[in-house]
Amino acid sequence: MSQTDILAGLAAILEEVAGVDPADVTADKTFIDDLDVDSLSMVEVVVAAEEKFGVKIPDEDVKTLKTVGDAVSYIQRAGVAA
Amino acid sequence: MTGLLEGKRVLVTGVLTEASIAFSVARIAQEQGASVVLTGFGRGLSLTRRIARRLPTEPPVVELDVTDEEHLAELSAKVLEHVDGLDGVMHAIGFAPESVLGGKPFVEAAWSEVGTALQVSTWSLASLTRATMPLFGERASIVGLDFDASVAWPSYDWMGVAKAGLASAARYLARDLGPSGVRVNLVAAGPLRTMAAKSIPGFSKFEEVWGTRAPLGWDIADTTPAARACVALLSDWFPATTGEIVHVDGGFHAVGA
Repeated sequence: MSQTDILAGLAAILEEVAGVDPADVTADKTFIDDLDVDSLSMVEVVVAAEEKFGVKIPDEDVKTLKTVGDAVSYIQRAGVAA
Repeated sequence: MTGLLEGKRVLVTGVLTEASIAFSVARIAQEQGASVVLTGFGRGLSLTRRIARRLPTEPPVVELDVTDEEHLAELSAKVLEHVDGLDGVMHAIGFAPESVLGGKPFVEAAWSEVGTALQVSTWSLASLTRATMPLFGERASIVGLDFDASVAWPSYDWMGVAKAGLASAARYLARDLGPSGVRVNLVAAGPLRTMAAKSIPGFSKFEEVWGTRAPLGWDIADTTPAARACVALLSDWFPATTGEIVHVDGGFHAVGA
């Protein structure tokens, strides 16, 4: 899956789970500070992303995903590995 | 061999993520033959619905805020849409504002915040029991989650007070409901890395001592031992046990150092 597709998929999830405007979702934005995604919403974003992209994102890796770009790269790598 | 909960109908609260103790309870209950109904709360409801799909059989999820009298009043009707009664209820509900979880000195806690902790974490055992009692048959089992409240812990603060109250409430409920065939017991688990634990700022201090001091050792990432104990207490295998606290903590509580 291309980075653009993953970004669009994440934007849709962020809108559904946390009410984030898809136009705000760009690679350089941080989930917590820029997009106001709190810890509970972040957990749901991760669960929804796992379902949508067919990947597994363990807790210890979630902590390393600060920006939308981090998540896109992670999902792309995990998707290839899977 | 048939399962421990074959034919039983169990309501499980508190399933938020796969790391939730209640998730393991729901999973093992299903593996042991139970029909499970979950409850979800507030903003976590949609997460509970997603996580429910990861159980062996996707259970129905009904909305329940234990502090909302309307939800409590509607609960039995909502549960009856999915099962024709209840044999067991898993109470896995607790909340305390950060300010009373080590966020500020214990002595400075405001009643409004302490009150919230006690309402959600302690009183809810009674309110959930009241809401589900009409669904019980001749026998039922209620199980709650304790964290050893006999001593003071780092950061745990007013949640510790709430848990001490929960243990007391369980004994009073056991006293009053015993004659109706209802058992009420708690499982005092060691520290587990759940969403709830992550919200306790000093949680890592528990983690460090537990594994080394517990005679059996302790895995903070494995909710299965605590969940198995809950399922055992929900089953017919503790027919004469009520008002009890079963420690599932690797034996930590039994040793002094």
